This record gives sequence, structure tokens and C-alpha cells, in this order.
Amino acid sequence: MSAALQFLGLLLAAAGAFFFVAGSAGLIRFPDQLSRLHALTKADNLGLGLVALGLLPFAAGVFAALKLLVIWALVLLSGASAAQMVAERVRAAEPPA
Amino acid sequence: MSGPVLYGLLGAALVALGLFGLVVQAAVLRKILAFNLLGGGVFLLFGVVARRTAPAGLAADPVPQAMVITGIVVAFAATALAVAMALRMYQITAAVTVSPPPDAQAGDA
Amino acid sequence: MILDWLLDGMVALLILAAALWTLAAPTPFAAVIGFVGFGLLASLAWVRLAAVDVALTEAAVGAGATGVILLQSAVRLRRGAAEVAAATPGRATTLLAGLLAGGLGLGLALAVLALPATVPGPAAEAAARSAEVGLGNLVAAVLMAYRGLDTLLESIVLVFAVLAVWAMGPDRHWGGIPGPRFARQRDGPLALLARWLPPVGIVIGIHIAWVGADAPGGKFQGGTVLAAMWVLAWGAGLVRPPSVADRRVRLVLVAGPLGFLLAGLLGAVLDGSFLAWPAALGKPLLLLVEAAMTLSVAAALALLVVGPPERRA
Repeated sequence: MSAALQFLGLLLAAAGAFFFVAGSAGLIRFPDQLSRLHALTKADNLGLGLVALGLLPFAAGVFAALKLLVIWALVLLSGASAAQMVAERVRAAEPPA
Repeated sequence: MSGPVLYGLLGAALVALGLFGLVVQAAVLRKILAFNLLGGGVFLLFGVVARRTAPAGLAADPVPQAMVITGIVVAFAATALAVAMALRMYQITAAVTVSPPPDAQAGDA
Repeated sequence: MILDWLLDGMVALLILAAALWTLAAPTPFAAVIGFVGFGLLASLAWVRLAAVDVALTEAAVGAGATGVILLQSAVRLRRGAAEVAAATPGRATTLLAGLLAGGLGLGLALAVLALPATVPGPAAEAAARSAEVGLGNLVAAVLMAYRGLDTLLESIVLVFAVLAVWAMGPDRHWGGIPGPRFARQRDGPLALLARWLPPVGIVIGIHIAWVGADAPGGKFQGGTVLAAMWVLAWGAGLVRPPSVADRRVRLVLVAGPLGFLLAGLLGAVLDGSFLAWPAALGKPLLLLVEAAMTLSVAAALALLVVGPPERRA
């Protein structure tokens, strides 16, 4: 049972790592600031979420598992807010044609 | 060679880069950044020594680690003061470098 | 083994790249962003060097708090490209600086390669002291007991740094409100973040300071998180910095160093040596000093980020 869970965890973490790679590629390759921001937030939210979920089977106890989820929630909150703030500045600097 | 040696060489490279930047860069803010890179390199060297003097059963010696923690906080305080001085200098003289203005070099400062 | 090498090599390369970017970036703002990246990557290196306490400090203070101060100043010091170009040293000075820096780097690299594999350090003595004061985290024990004098002096350095930064304000603003004024955010992402994060962040800051006795963490890392929560509310215009003449602020600022000093004197009276934690009072006294230090560190860091007085109270 726990071996199966750990295998599932590894799969989820690998999927998370894939999102990080895709997000980083987008950050480098995408042409304008808003699409780069879009790529970055996908890596942050989904990538880190999958890695945190994947690490849950390896956590030492309920408290440690809870901490992993809190870390994800905090990164979601601060990452989303920061992305919104950057986007607002981009909009203010160059109004849509 | 092992992992800590790699970080030791990195620390040496950072000290060299930081010192080079400190001398060559003209803007005060760039000098402050270069000085912090130099400090980061010195801290890493401490970290490498901490692996060398680790007693049996410990991964790293706590004494150099505590010194680096102290060092990071003091470096922050020094950076805050340097930045405050740079901003005040900018307010008073509108200068962003510490080199004397050309007219001062001519001798009528 | 190969994986370890791959990971260490990549972290080291990324740190080197971030350092080069910090030096060569086209604008000061970009250089500061590079420096923050450098700090975060350096904290990964500290984890790889089995120094998790240092990693937390580097991420919180080295990258976070230092980054905020440098970003503020990069925004304010944007002009002066012509002046910088005029003051940049010529080719001969650059070459000389390169030779000097290269020589120093080479010497340090040789010293690193010549380090003996293992040498006895002061760790055993430090471990004995940690058992005496009842701290499971050896780094915390070194900070509070084995090298307590360093930590006491460091906390006094923080107070002096705040005084020196305050002294950078013009005379007419002495006793006034420090730092720039931010418009009060009524809605939008910053207002939301500044209302939602601090309640959680304050709990986490206290948690990090508390677990520092037995696990990675401590007063500097926890105090930085507390300071960050206040700085966030300040940036959103929700709180106003107190006047630099406010007695309560000054009291919070010196509570930690003063408590540490008094506890040290108590040790001199009861146990015969300065900063010897008296066995009779033991851990409760240590916790009291740690709590006061956490508050003082948080206050000092926040005030250093805010800067000198800029307007009348």
C-alpha cells in the first residue's frame, strides 16, 4: 500500500518537474511580458502543487504533510498576487493598441 | 574532489569577482552589490571549512555556521547603512558615484 | 553519487551565472534582481553543505531583506549614466584589478584544495555547552551559549545600524516619520495580500523562532519573517511607521540586547563568568532572552528597510 502510494508520489513529483521545465522554457521563449508571466505562474502553481502532493507519501507524520500543503498555499497566494501586480504595471506602461 | 570542494572553489571565484567589481564598477549601488558578492564568497568558504571540522556524527561543524549567520545579519545592516548613505549623497549632490567631479580634480573644489 | 555531482555542479554554475549577471547587468534594477537570484541559489548551496540554519538566514536576510533595500535604492538611483561612464576606470586600472582579483581567487582556490580532509574543530566543546543549556539545535547553542558574546555584539550592531541610518536623514526631519509614504491600497492584489498574509506570517515567524531551539530556525530567521509581514502592510499603506522619537519603538529595539546583557551579568554574579547561563534559572531565562531578541531583530530589520526620517511627525 505505502509502496504504491510512494510510486504515485514519484509520478506526481515528476509531473510537477515537467511543469517547471515547461514554465521555465516559456519564461525564456515567449515574446512579451504577459505571456511570460502566464508561463511562470503555471510553473509556480501547478508545478509546485504537484511536487508538494507527490512528497506527501514521504512526509514524516500528519504535521509535516500539513506543512507541505501550507507552503503550497502560501506560494499560491503570494505568487498570484505578485503576478497580478506585475501585470497591472505592464498594462499601465503600455496601453493596448 | 568532492561536493564541498566544488563550493569552496565557487567561494574563491565569488571573492575574486566581487573584488574585481568593487574596484572596476563606478556606481555606488554596483559597488555595494559587488561587496555583497565578495561577502557571499567568504561565507561559502566558511561553509566548506564547517564540513572539514565536523565531529563524528555531525554533517557540519556548528561553530562556523553560527558565525556565518552572524555575518549575514551584519552584512545586511552594513548594506542598509551603505544604501542610506548613497541615497543621502544623491539627495545632496545628485551624484551616483564616489569619484570626485571633474572640477574638483582641476583643483577648485 | 553521479546525481550528487550533477546537482552540486548545476547549483554552483547557476550561482556563478547569477553573480556574473549581477556585475554585468545593463541596468541597476536588473543587477539587483540578479543579486536576489544569487541569494536564493546560495541558500540551495547551504542546504547542500548541510547547513540548513544558514540556508534559512541567507534566503530570509541575504536575499529577501537585502533585496528589498537594494530594489528601493535602484529605483531611486536610476539617473547618472553619463556620470558613471565618466567615472569608470580605464583599461589599465581594469587590467590591474583583474590581475589582483584573479590572483586572490587563485590563492583562495589553492588553499581550498590544500585543506586537510578532516581536522578537529571546537564542535565537541560546543556540543557540551549545548547539553548544559538544553538546546537540541547545536547552531542555536553556539549562538546563545558557546559564542554568546558574538551574538550579543551582533544585536548591538543592529541597534547601531538603525541609529546610523536614522542619522542619514536631514536635521529638519529628526524626530519625524521615517521612509517613503505609500498610498493606502483599498482593493487589488497588494491590498488582499497585505490583509491575508500577515496573520499567517506572524504565526510562522513565531513558529520558526520557537522551533529554533531544537530544529533549523531561530530568532534571526523568525524575526525576519515578522519584519517582512510589517513591511508588507507598510507597502500597502495599511500601517504607518512610528516616529523615530517614539519611546516604545526605541524600547522594542533595545529589549533584546539589553535582556541579553542583563542575563549575562546575572551569570557573572551567580556563576562567576559573564554570559554563563546560570544553571538555577536555566531554560526559562534563555527563552525570555530569545523572545526579546526575536522582537528586537524584527524591529531593527523593519526599521532598516524603512530608512531615515523623511517628513515631520
